[in-house]
Amino acid sequence: MKVINRKTIMLAVVILAIYAVVEMMIGQGIIDSYVELNIVLIGINIILAVGLNLVTGFTGQFSLGHAAFMAVGAYVSAIVTAKFGQPFIVAITLSALAASLAGVIIGIPTLRLKGDYLAIATLGFGEIIRIMALNIDYIGGASGFNDIPKMTNWTWVYFMVVASIVVIKNFINSRGGRACISISQDETAAEAMGVNTTKYKILAFVIGAFFAGISGALYANYFYFIKPDSFGYMKSIDILVIVVFGGMGSIAGSVVGAVVLSLISLFLQSIPELRMVIYAVILFMIMVYRPQGLLGKEDFRFKFLKKRVV
Amino acid sequence: MEQVLQQLVNGISLGSIYALIALGYTMVYGIINLINFAHGDIYMIGAYVGFAATTFFGLGFIPALIVSMIMTAVLGVVVEKVAYKPIRKSTRIAALITAISVSLFLEYGMMYFVKAETRTFPEVLPSKNFRLGNVILNNKDVYIVIVTVVMMLILQYIIHKTKIGMAMRAASMDSEAAQLMGISVDNTISVTFALGSCLAGVAGVLVGVYYNSIDPLMGMMPGIKAFIAAVIGGIGVIPGAMFGGYLLGITETMVSAAGYSLYKDAVAFAILILMLLIKPKGLFGKNVREKV
Repeated sequence: MKVINRKTIMLAVVILAIYAVVEMMIGQGIIDSYVELNIVLIGINIILAVGLNLVTGFTGQFSLGHAAFMAVGAYVSAIVTAKFGQPFIVAITLSALAASLAGVIIGIPTLRLKGDYLAIATLGFGEIIRIMALNIDYIGGASGFNDIPKMTNWTWVYFMVVASIVVIKNFINSRGGRACISISQDETAAEAMGVNTTKYKILAFVIGAFFAGISGALYANYFYFIKPDSFGYMKSIDILVIVVFGGMGSIAGSVVGAVVLSLISLFLQSIPELRMVIYAVILFMIMVYRPQGLLGKEDFRFKFLKKRVV
Repeated sequence: MEQVLQQLVNGISLGSIYALIALGYTMVYGIINLINFAHGDIYMIGAYVGFAATTFFGLGFIPALIVSMIMTAVLGVVVEKVAYKPIRKSTRIAALITAISVSLFLEYGMMYFVKAETRTFPEVLPSKNFRLGNVILNNKDVYIVIVTVVMMLILQYIIHKTKIGMAMRAASMDSEAAQLMGISVDNTISVTFALGSCLAGVAGVLVGVYYNSIDPLMGMMPGIKAFIAAVIGGIGVIPGAMFGGYLLGITETMVSAAGYSLYKDAVAFAILILMLLIKPKGLFGKNVREKV
């Protein structure tokens, strides 16, 4: 199959058109800074959710420590931009690599565990990373890291979201992705068919961590300020809720989930306690009545783009 | 040496709390294979019930304890019937997420009603210090240990000497076979939740009395710590949970005493991860082969 065909060209055009329209609206002031802030937040959540979906939805490895990789990315980016004054592209690259490295270090020991135990072990690792960040004075400790230059804008967020979706979607449709899906269905059977389960589990974990690192960098360089407690166990659960809400094993679901849940929490901002209660009820309802999530396994198909292929 | 003994006393008090919560985790996990994330929040609600009973109704320590036990037992059964029963047959991930959602519901629902601020628990037990050699023993330490030991003895009696205890053991071994033998597994699971929640309620009141402050998110960390304790002892094994609770409590106070109090949570998680990697069935767990 050629990479450049009618479908991919059309897709690229659509992607660029969306970018151009929003960029123009920001330039014209139709989208004010408050709306832009929310768009950035949604974008960051999409990247996180798509990454976690690869680990939890497609590969079936239940992780409760995804926010820790975001923390690694955020702090690396903050150090690189604020302390060393490097450009953002360097910061994002280093953040993603550092988070992937953390993914390897955490993944190799924990991915031998299954189900509940894996969830608790990743939760433990996430908390350990948070506690380490709390105790390192170089990065501000508990009082947080201040004066991070603002470099994230619509362009960065949009293209990082697109990149994360394209990379993960293509990974899932590749040999490696099919191996991951087979692991989620039956690990023993996958192993018997010759799939190197450890390798693919770690690969999925590292790809997820990579994008979480990017989202951390985007977050740090948008809000000027980060503190370890923003990346605790609750943040990991937030990401998990998006994935479950949208549908485990559906990238489109993660995108829809991130948008819908961000909007819900926006409307409930004035009553933060009720926001979490409603979150909990939504999560519970979905688990009982629609455990496959809002979109189930449905995904982007773009059929409309290649309908008239000769 | 005195310092070490003194910390040992503190560690045993903290360990008692963890052990009481861990028992609930381990019993529930043993019977329906679910990490009941909401267990730490039941402990929090136990503390609030104790607070209400002592502050607004002027009850003493023991009556408050009993009121709290009854309320948390009822709450535990309600949580089981409403939230966990519909998902008993679904996948592990769905069950775990449901547990997390129940936990969030209790935490933030409670926060909505009682507000987020920390409350001061009234002084129900006048503080008295005893000297044992060079170690200072507070009467609250003594109360915590006595109450915990009594609770554990009662629990052991229920599990090993009564009919319902036998049903619980049977259901945790093989719930289908137990059902065929005429045991109502549904009722047994409810009783397990009631007992576990009851112990968490006791722990909540004890913590309120001991540390004098409670807040709606107080259950999060001790909940996870108690789970770690249950894993250390081997999940599903009741004496193991007690041992794990005390081990974790003592380790934590020792780490704090050595000047690393900021790292005490990290140490607890490190113990958990090491335990899972080296001996996932826990120190007292039986080795069960996984069947394909």
